[in-house]
Amino acid sequence: MNEITVKFTLNGEEVSISAPPYFTLLRLLRERLGLTGAKPGCERGECGACTVLLDGEPVTSCLVLVPQVEGRRVDTIEGLSDGDHLHPLQQAFIDESAVQCGYCIPGMIISAKSLLDNNDSPTRDEIKRAISGNICRCTGYVKIIRAVEVAAERMREDEI
Amino acid sequence: MKFNYQRVNTVSEALEALSGNNETRKILAGGTDLLVMIQEHLISPGELLDISGIEELKEIGEDDGMIRLGALVTHGRIADSPLLREKALPLVESCGEVGSPQIRNLGTIGGNLVMASPSGDSIPALYVLGAEVILASNEGERSIPIEEFLIGVKKSAIRSDELLVAVIFPGMGADDRGFFRKLGQRKALAISKVSTAAIVSLRDGVIASARIALGAVATTVIRTPRTESFLVGQPLTPEVISEAARLCSEESRAITDIRSNAAYRDEMAGLLLSRGLAEIAEEN
Repeated sequence: MNEITVKFTLNGEEVSISAPPYFTLLRLLRERLGLTGAKPGCERGECGACTVLLDGEPVTSCLVLVPQVEGRRVDTIEGLSDGDHLHPLQQAFIDESAVQCGYCIPGMIISAKSLLDNNDSPTRDEIKRAISGNICRCTGYVKIIRAVEVAAERMREDEI
Repeated sequence: MKFNYQRVNTVSEALEALSGNNETRKILAGGTDLLVMIQEHLISPGELLDISGIEELKEIGEDDGMIRLGALVTHGRIADSPLLREKALPLVESCGEVGSPQIRNLGTIGGNLVMASPSGDSIPALYVLGAEVILASNEGERSIPIEEFLIGVKKSAIRSDELLVAVIFPGMGADDRGFFRKLGQRKALAISKVSTAAIVSLRDGVIASARIALGAVATTVIRTPRTESFLVGQPLTPEVISEAARLCSEESRAITDIRSNAAYRDEMAGLLLSRGLAEIAEEN
């Protein structure tokens, strides 16, 4: 089948890339753009391992087709660090030992980033709700939630 | 996943495309059900008509007390809308419990309606709001009450040449109180085993009117007319609430399926009603 070309903003940079229209955004990222941070898990929108930001909102990239990203903004885990410094969420996940097998972590961090972008002092319940679409099968939720709290604290301190 | 793909950017382009007969065509909006069904090989459409880019279907509007939601308004936007929190609380509460944040950012109100699942969480709320569905085709528009739109499990009254463009309902008035409650296997990403939506109108502490709808208990969402008539003229006392819950459980007539059994569903339908009514009683 014919491929189509889409243009969109990926981690702050304009990209133009071709793929079959039935490719998902997840597949485009991993197979055509070499960005393997977003993970294929259930590929049914239920596990959250493939979460990316679409126009700033978290979505499961396994349920978005390539043509649907035309002209839009996509942010993935690869865009969080500036190259020298990790994003405070990434650093907090390391410092709080919130990573076990690691498969869910890119999705977790993207969901958490969306929360902190809109709310700099989330409650524990707000954090739980924000990551409710991300399943950690190591079940390490306590440390993940703690890491988001630590990141929020550090980001607030940096603002001052 | 393989299919032909067509993208349209306006309603008239969509209606033009739909006027041509194509039995293997499916309409793609949020994709949260459709793409999953394709991935699971439950359906294999020959063509997807992608309407997700039609901006005119993404509006939330209010005109003379009537609320109009474009078919592509997402569950997330409904859950976050201050206007709808004031005018359509059961809908806001139900959309806030659909799927997960990621699913709510993709899934649309129109998609939830067209899928016509008895466990679609927005549907009981739309029943108690007295919603009508607006269907457009090249022949014009028609509007039908939601009870007539949903005719069976995953069956609606939409024709293959029609596009669901909006859902409309009167906004809740100052005397109206409402809620939506659901039970699933877990809080997120769980299809409802049973859900209850209700709106009661309270005047001087007495219920002037009541509308109740149950989701996921039968082949479509159902109303509970005997419970509704019992409530009218009553104050929201613990005794009234408990009798309403008993009647509601009786009227639920639930089915047993993979997610739950009839006895549990019947009991919980009443319990959810009593919890919601008790909260309203407390706040008034």
